[in-house]
Amino acid sequence: MTGEETTEITLTVNGERIARRVRVREHLVDFLRGELQLTGSHLGCEHGICGACSVRVDGVVVRGCLMLAVQADGAEVTTIEGLTDTGEIADLQAAFVERNALQCGFCSPGMLVTAADLLKAAKPATREEIRNFLSGNFCRCTGYHAIVDAVETTLNKRLGR
Amino acid sequence: MANDIPTKATLTPFDRPNSYVGRNLSRPGARRAVAGRGTYTDDVVLPRMLHGACVRSPYAHAKIVRIDTTAARKAPGVALVMTGAELAKRCTAPWMGTLKVFEGMKSAPQYPMAVDRACWQGEPVVFIAARTRAEAEDAAELVEVAWEELPVVAEKKTALDPKTPVLHASLGDNLAFRKLIDTGDVEAAFKAADHVIEETFEFGRHTAVSLEPRSMIADWNPANERLAVYISNQVPHMMQYLFSRTLGVPEHNVRVVSHDVGGSFGMKIHSYGDEVAACAASMMLGRPVKFIADRLESFLTDIHARENTVRAKIGFNKDGTITAFDIDDLSGIGAYSQYPRTSVFEANQILNITAGPYKHPNYRARATVVYMNKVPTSQYRAVGHPIGITVAEALVDRAAETLGMDPVEIRRRNVMEDNSYPRLTGSGIKVLDLSHQACLEKLVRLMDYDALRAEQALLRNKGIWRGIGIAAFIKGTAPGPQGLYGAGGAPIAAQDACTIKLEPSGNVICAVGVSEQGQGVDTVMQQIAATGLGVPFESVRVISGDTETTPYGGGTYASRATAIGGEATYQAARKLRAEILVIAGALLQSDPKVLDIRNGVVVDAANGTLRIPLSEIGRIGHFQLGELPNDVQPTLSVTHRYRLLDLPYIFTNGIHGAYVEVDVDTGFIRHLKHWVVEDCGRIINPQLADEQVRGGAVQGLGGALYEHCIYDENAQLQNGTLADYIIPMAVEMPDIVVDHVQTPTGQSELGAKGAGESGTGAAPGVIMGAVNDALRPFGARVTIQPMTPEVVLQALGKL
Repeated sequence: MTGEETTEITLTVNGERIARRVRVREHLVDFLRGELQLTGSHLGCEHGICGACSVRVDGVVVRGCLMLAVQADGAEVTTIEGLTDTGEIADLQAAFVERNALQCGFCSPGMLVTAADLLKAAKPATREEIRNFLSGNFCRCTGYHAIVDAVETTLNKRLGR
Repeated sequence: MANDIPTKATLTPFDRPNSYVGRNLSRPGARRAVAGRGTYTDDVVLPRMLHGACVRSPYAHAKIVRIDTTAARKAPGVALVMTGAELAKRCTAPWMGTLKVFEGMKSAPQYPMAVDRACWQGEPVVFIAARTRAEAEDAAELVEVAWEELPVVAEKKTALDPKTPVLHASLGDNLAFRKLIDTGDVEAAFKAADHVIEETFEFGRHTAVSLEPRSMIADWNPANERLAVYISNQVPHMMQYLFSRTLGVPEHNVRVVSHDVGGSFGMKIHSYGDEVAACAASMMLGRPVKFIADRLESFLTDIHARENTVRAKIGFNKDGTITAFDIDDLSGIGAYSQYPRTSVFEANQILNITAGPYKHPNYRARATVVYMNKVPTSQYRAVGHPIGITVAEALVDRAAETLGMDPVEIRRRNVMEDNSYPRLTGSGIKVLDLSHQACLEKLVRLMDYDALRAEQALLRNKGIWRGIGIAAFIKGTAPGPQGLYGAGGAPIAAQDACTIKLEPSGNVICAVGVSEQGQGVDTVMQQIAATGLGVPFESVRVISGDTETTPYGGGTYASRATAIGGEATYQAARKLRAEILVIAGALLQSDPKVLDIRNGVVVDAANGTLRIPLSEIGRIGHFQLGELPNDVQPTLSVTHRYRLLDLPYIFTNGIHGAYVEVDVDTGFIRHLKHWVVEDCGRIINPQLADEQVRGGAVQGLGGALYEHCIYDENAQLQNGTLADYIIPMAVEMPDIVVDHVQTPTGQSELGAKGAGESGTGAAPGVIMGAVNDALRPFGARVTIQPMTPEVVLQALGKL
């Protein structure tokens, strides 16, 4: 086994144009965390189940552990850091803190990225529908009730209800 | 009968206008986490850091004939390849997972990695440090181990059969521990009882699944011979001892730091061989070594819990009076007893707490704990309680069913009276300050129990099968040094401590031995310190999770942080307050007794007139000492330690309710609603307490409904991914209504008891009760957890 195969990629991460040479076997979240030091996205399972690594790629929520960095060539990637800096989910983040919708916080970035997708749709949702929407993101601490509360409160506020 | 408000009507220091006790303050740590600015161990990068990976045993039991590491050592990026035998040479002595208090207990010596024999699938065998984790894993694939398979002990039920191979020859058999508690005369009580019912229950092995796996960086500095370990952990001082003792580094030269911890639940309070290997690797290389368990490694090597079979009997009379319980537990632990807390706590706790809410005078409980070729079990959230509570509550429900009595009514007749303490449980434990009656009545109101029963009856006519469950419990929290730790000989502090300091600015630093994993420990300590001192919440900063900067303590385990660490913090704050008032008295020429501290200012106690702010006390106390008389030498720093006296635990109590719907064609269980009323004494932050209960309940429900480490007959784990091992998702879980009765413990001024496990302990029992209530019209009954659809359909005779 000699030198690892690498390739050049160019992508936009949180609004910033990035060009890097990456190992072809490296998945997107290892690239974001290791190379770009965006450590807000977490690795909980590395097989696409827990959702802690959820990031937005070209407007769609993806599992950062199931996508290779090379596949993000030319893409627009937004992480929790980007969502924080733009203020897009400031209300949701405030609701999470106020409602204590997190404990250890390891799932929170992924949970927020997914919940942001629900909020973007700007359609009324029942608690059941919110629970269903968030079911691809595991939380081991809260039991989900407070998370559903925080998302519901934010959604209703945005809808002026 | 019900006492919904604190029992003492008089005002306490916690009712003062600037008290933060009883208030919902949000956690500063939460603001970092939602911004993606947490600092979990894997987020930390040190200069010249290497990454570790392990070769693990693919067999549950096999002899290591030969290990060839030649190719691995030559692989790209590899800095070190270390076998178990090489690591053993660097260890002072093997681990021995026994405690003196568990009389007659046996365990075999254990090295951090397998030396000549692996005893469970996943046991570490070789540790590799390389430039990247990927390169370390590549090299691990190049290690060739010649194995000779040995016979496997895979079944706890046959572990003690003469024809079953003995796992550790030096022990003579596969028995780890036996214990018997026998109070009253159980046999005579059964003979005299109107009814005796017997049932056997099965509990499937499961594990913690913290979303952040075990994570650590070992950083040995050869220049000063100090070892720093950054580790996702609950017990920094215990880990300091563990690394020191295992690797022979003097304790004061070991620093353990736990930054943000991404879930732990009791799993991160144990010894893990791969973590010691990473420390040894760092010591050999003089470079930092990071080791992050991946998810498969987590399933294979994190401690497991609750592989139990319990045969149990209840004796009761026609009027519903329960006269006796008899339980016989068989616990299948792993290949070793987990150092240093042992693997017999779970069985021991089952014996202690089963049927703990009830007044039966006769109680017999037996535990048999056996070794098998699986990863060791040990303490996981609510140790033993889910099993003991499920067993007792199921029997109480069967007694009610036999008598045609309502499940609430039979509990009403048998729970200990709220005015009857102190008293002993059937297992002989002294309990104080409990509130079973108040909690029961509050739950009935909260559930609108009669309306639920009416709805259940109505829906049955439409072929919709709903069930209601009720499960009462006691919970051992906040262990004392007379109990299993100090007295047992484990190097684990049951006391805890706070060092509180007034800074020159007038702000306050509060360093605590208890640690934070997201429960809100730091916030609760901040509230307590601010209250005890009389300063604004924002002027206190709490430091935890670092052996270098915090006073020696036990960390966070067994629902102890608020009850033990909180009282230490409160008393430290009161002592600092007293010193500040002496200094203020000297400066103001007032008697300290007529002064008070309110909102960060020394005031006249009588009328609140502002006298001198703490910023002035801080400035004078640190810089302008000439303004003070010679006989006043400010310390402005206090360490206070607190321990529980004369009791092994502060027992708490509570009760759960559940409402479920069972699809009798598919066996699926829909959990519709869950209620918890519990009594954790004085509540510091109601929101944080509620969320502990909610999260804990869902964790208990996971074990009862879905979670199961499934092993085949060769003790091979069949479901080591999150796709195959099911944990609760948002859509499956109900809203959970939480309420409290607050009976402060008389053991401390603060009056707080533990809350962190009260959700977990009774959740499996209440959901089983609800499912069986739903199945009652079919004459079917579930006694196996997890209660998968398959288990439900088998109970219905459809499979």
